[in-house]
Amino acid sequence: MIEVNRKGDVWVFAQQHDGKLNEVSLELLSKGRQLADRLKVPLGAVLLGQNVDSLTVPLFHHGADKVYLAQHDLLETYQSNTYAKALCQLITKHKPQIVIYGATPRGRDLAPRVASAMKAGLTADCTDLDIGDNTDPSSKVTHKDLLLQIRPAFGGNIIATIVNYDRWPQMATVREGVMVLPTPDTSRKGTVVKDDIELAPEDALIKVLEKSHREKRINLKGSRIIVAGGAGIGSPDGFQLLRDLANALGGEIGASRAAVDSDFINKDHQIGQTGTTVRPALYIAVGISGAVQHRAGMQDAAKILAINTDAEAPIFSIAHYGIVGDYKEVVPALTKAVKARA
Amino acid sequence: MAFNSVVLAKQVPDTKNITGQAMLDDGTVNRAALPAIFNPEDLNALESALALRDRCGGTVTVMTMGPPSACEILRNSLCRGADRGILLTDRRAAASDTLATSYILSCAVRKLSDVHLVFCGRQAIDGDTAQVGPQLAEKLNFPQVTYVEEILDVSDSTLRLRRNLGDGYELVEAPTPLLITVVDTANTPRPPAARRMLKYKRARGKAELSKEATEKFGKGATADIEKYMAQRCEQLSAKGLLIEQWDLDDIEADLTWCGRSGSPTKVHRIQSVVLTGNEHKQIEPTPQAISQMVHELIEDHTIG
Ligand SMILES: Cc1cc2nc3c(=O)[nH]c(=O)nc-3n(C[C@H](O)[C@H](O)[C@H](O)COP(=O)(O)OP(=O)(O)OC[C@H]3O[C@@H](n4cnc5c(N)ncnc54)[C@H](O)[C@@H]3O)c2cc1C
Repeated sequence: MIEVNRKGDVWVFAQQHDGKLNEVSLELLSKGRQLADRLKVPLGAVLLGQNVDSLTVPLFHHGADKVYLAQHDLLETYQSNTYAKALCQLITKHKPQIVIYGATPRGRDLAPRVASAMKAGLTADCTDLDIGDNTDPSSKVTHKDLLLQIRPAFGGNIIATIVNYDRWPQMATVREGVMVLPTPDTSRKGTVVKDDIELAPEDALIKVLEKSHREKRINLKGSRIIVAGGAGIGSPDGFQLLRDLANALGGEIGASRAAVDSDFINKDHQIGQTGTTVRPALYIAVGISGAVQHRAGMQDAAKILAINTDAEAPIFSIAHYGIVGDYKEVVPALTKAVKARA
Repeated sequence: MAFNSVVLAKQVPDTKNITGQAMLDDGTVNRAALPAIFNPEDLNALESALALRDRCGGTVTVMTMGPPSACEILRNSLCRGADRGILLTDRRAAASDTLATSYILSCAVRKLSDVHLVFCGRQAIDGDTAQVGPQLAEKLNFPQVTYVEEILDVSDSTLRLRRNLGDGYELVEAPTPLLITVVDTANTPRPPAARRMLKYKRARGKAELSKEATEKFGKGATADIEKYMAQRCEQLSAKGLLIEQWDLDDIEADLTWCGRSGSPTKVHRIQSVVLTGNEHKQIEPTPQAISQMVHELIEDHTIG
């Protein structure tokens, strides 16, 4: 644990994988920028690895004032223990007030290990972050300008805001896709702070023998239009009608977990709390009831069209357009209308 | 080689079937209003540990931290094949966040001798944090392998494991002692065995017995309660049916790191998710109405 340090930086852990920056790190820099501006402190990105100097440039372009760069042979491949040790050394030395991580499998592997070693608080899977004051209900002491860590809890049925005022740094992991990825400003520059890290071979007990990275074949996050199907589609064949519509609109196919669990479609398409978070211009929800865990991944769409046989389905309460009817009739009619537009 | 494994399991409210009544006025969740279940991925962790024991020998101890009612998941684990169940229960552990929880669990695991492997589920469905596993590994100074889907080869004191990271796989080799967290695609948990069920359905923990005795004799009847407890404990223990129970003193935990004082994260605010009855435009399922809507969406540049 480090002492409460109001002048400390806001840090974003810059995740890299085989020399490529993870997009969520860049998303977090834009959020980190807002937090740092509110607190009037610098925004730092922490970059660990080996031969990754060139990655400092995009970090500056996305909003970092400083990049804390620690390179070491034992940091070449990610490993919980070596990365946690390195990060703890940097935190102890530079005393940031806030450290945020992308809630990827790797971020969720690393952050708790760091939190435990630092005896600091950590909130998982935040969907938003803000700065605000907190008054302790028992001591009535007000703590100013804390990191408000906002996340769904209890299977998405409640939204909890968590703070951490006594044992710093304040840390959180943040879901991928919930922060907007801004266009980089290629004229931005910053300072690289190089740090030496002490690691011994016995810190690296895990051997990675093989890695296979499967690129997702679809790009839901980048898609302007998404046609999503749920349990109501009833079969893998039913999704063909949705594909016809998506093709006519130049969109992608999304799905609810129920549709994925029923093997109508593969998991890459899942939208929601345990799938991808999207914010397209148009989201067409077909045969999806609108459970809170599904809404968590799509409610920020600019326009939502819901198609459902049940007029009482919760999805209608967040929709802009609603069509009550059987998708087998409504979707082909919609496809036809879209094709006829030109 | 034979491995001594500890499985950490949690009893959780079934968040899939949550209702409005489950929320208290102060914004906290009324766990009593929800059915309590075995955290799903902890069952996958238990299955992995049992399968490894079947393959290589060794023991499987299941440990849970929670109220007396959490004995239920220990009974369930015994029925599925676990060798030993331990309940960690102490009022002073209430309100522990993940950091305090991992500290308490680390004291308890240390109390067991010769632990080679600690198994956790990837995450619990009430918090979805996935933090306790890695935090516990750090406290025990064990390496960790998270998101484990398969235990491949096992040699003297190293394991080959396959991790499923959602967007890819990793094959790793790790030495023991080791902590692993197991994902739901790892296996199908074996059901409780009928023969073991006959035996272990009668297993009880001390805290359960004392509740039973208080209900039987009334709160004030200390002497009767004590006598009953002593008798029942002896009976059960003779048959190997007394579920072990530890408190924070038994595991020599430093209280400053437990419960509220050991928890850096504090709840600032809780809001329940309510749907605001948003006005939406109702479109008739006719070709004309649908064309009209498509036209509107083109007008406002939603579709190109
Ligand atoms: C921890 C946790 C995480 C979760 N994460 C996610 C997640 O990331 N994403 C997700 O989606 N879910 C998630 N869920 C599951 C979620 O709670 C719901 O179970 C799921 O979203 C329901 O999917 P659905 O709407 O397709 O199915 P249902 O709720 O079964 O709804 C089907 C709908 O189809 C309609 N319908 C039926 N026939 C037709 C027809 N012919 N034409 C038109 N409409 C029809 C019905 O009226 C109904 O509204 C999660 C749950 C938990 C507990």
